[in-house]
Amino acid sequence: MPKVVFMLSNGTETGVDARIGDSVMTTATQHGLDGVVAECGGNLSCATCHVWVRDDFLDAVGPPGEMEDDMMDLATSDRRDGSRLSCQITVSEDLDGLTVEIPPEQP
Amino acid sequence: MSTGTLIVGASQAGAQLAASLREAGDTAPIALVGHEAHLPYQRPPLSKGYLLGKTDATGLALRSAAYYAERGIEVLTGERVVELAVDRAATARGRTLVFDRLALTVGARVRRLAVPGAELHGVHHLRVVADSDRLRAALPFARRVVVVGGGFVGLEAAAAAGTFGAEVTVVEAADRLLGRAVSPLTSEFYLRAHRRRGVRVLLGSAVTAIAGTGGEVSGVVLADGTELPADLVLVGVGVVPRTELAEQLGLLCSGGIVVDPDARTSIPTVVAAGDCTVQPGPAGPIRIESVQNAVSQGKIAAATLAGCPRPAVEVPWFWSDQGDLKLQIAGISAGHDQTVLRGDPESERFAVLYYRAGALVAVDAVNSPADYLVGRKALAQGLTVPADQAGAADRPLKELLVAAP
Repeated sequence: MPKVVFMLSNGTETGVDARIGDSVMTTATQHGLDGVVAECGGNLSCATCHVWVRDDFLDAVGPPGEMEDDMMDLATSDRRDGSRLSCQITVSEDLDGLTVEIPPEQP
Repeated sequence: MSTGTLIVGASQAGAQLAASLREAGDTAPIALVGHEAHLPYQRPPLSKGYLLGKTDATGLALRSAAYYAERGIEVLTGERVVELAVDRAATARGRTLVFDRLALTVGARVRRLAVPGAELHGVHHLRVVADSDRLRAALPFARRVVVVGGGFVGLEAAAAAGTFGAEVTVVEAADRLLGRAVSPLTSEFYLRAHRRRGVRVLLGSAVTAIAGTGGEVSGVVLADGTELPADLVLVGVGVVPRTELAEQLGLLCSGGIVVDPDARTSIPTVVAAGDCTVQPGPAGPIRIESVQNAVSQGKIAAATLAGCPRPAVEVPWFWSDQGDLKLQIAGISAGHDQTVLRGDPESERFAVLYYRAGALVAVDAVNSPADYLVGRKALAQGLTVPADQAGAADRPLKELLVAAP
């Protein structure tokens, strides 16, 4: 099982076993990680699952899609190079160890 | 000592209510009871990604079993509450539950067609995981699918059915699709878009019978006598709120369980949330079937039970994925008296803005998440877009925002 590591804004890190095929958002919400609000449940309608992907995983994760890009442009308060909506990142074997930072605020 | 809270209905609203009670610091026992075999799960994918096999039942779960266990939330699955009083309940399996606070998050059941043949094998509905499982198992073998009902569930499933290679016909009794939810402009777009994708759509067509041979469905009979051949029929004609338990308690029900803005029912110690409720709306009492309402009202109900201030009221929002078409709706268009179109529907990217007495009340956005988000923000922050400028699709909507008069 690949692991996804969530870095919270208070500095704590939580590693979670993730199912291949689930989204990073689902991995976070099912485990009750504070900060991934995921209001819309992964349907590109709210941008409340915003994360910052750590630099060393940017290539593996890839760039956002067009609609995701629009959503983040308008809805995220602190957009960075690694910004992604975690509902749009699918967990795979290649992403084992993926580390994402959860912003202190979701829109 | 408090005997805690019973939440009847292991739904999205119920799961949210339980989580919010714990977040509010409530330490009394919480039992969340549902008749399905599953932990609370997301229903929207049942007519979309789940139906297409993009996720499984585990992926649908809102929270893991560990989440509830760690927070002392007892989830009783496969238990149907059949008798209910304000301090105790009995389940069909004979379990007795005692509590001092009660929440009803019982949701709704599918409406069935009251026509001959409605119970034939091969007639499907879509509300719970088991429904979607049955449909997913049958679709690859279906050659001719008839969807009765041109609402969200019907159109989403029609789009999914098309990907299995079936010939799909949608039959709608009203003169337009999605008539309860969107403007004629948006309805017309969806009619054309589905037809472009090869779906046959019949409007103004009432179903009078389902035909069958040997117990298996064979067609759908319309009021004008036409029989549409079908080996699979999906009935998507809306839902009926589950009010039986509320009625046992003597709660006021009128097209749903009547609640106030604090999610209180007519018995002040009993709250209710989600699809089963009727709440005050901008144009009269309204029953809202949406994830957003389930979550928002679940939070409000928890605050009411815990004696906390009511959370800020959210702008209602909704989405529907039909194949590659993403519809996002912010606000409530009921009672509007003006619509403004932004963009060209033929491009399959456009928005419709709804106004009432000159004030922006809602936005439908098709493949236009920016317009949806700006609309939602405007409604949340008391901003508006002047109706005479909203149609300027060459200018980003956010540049057109002004303070509401």
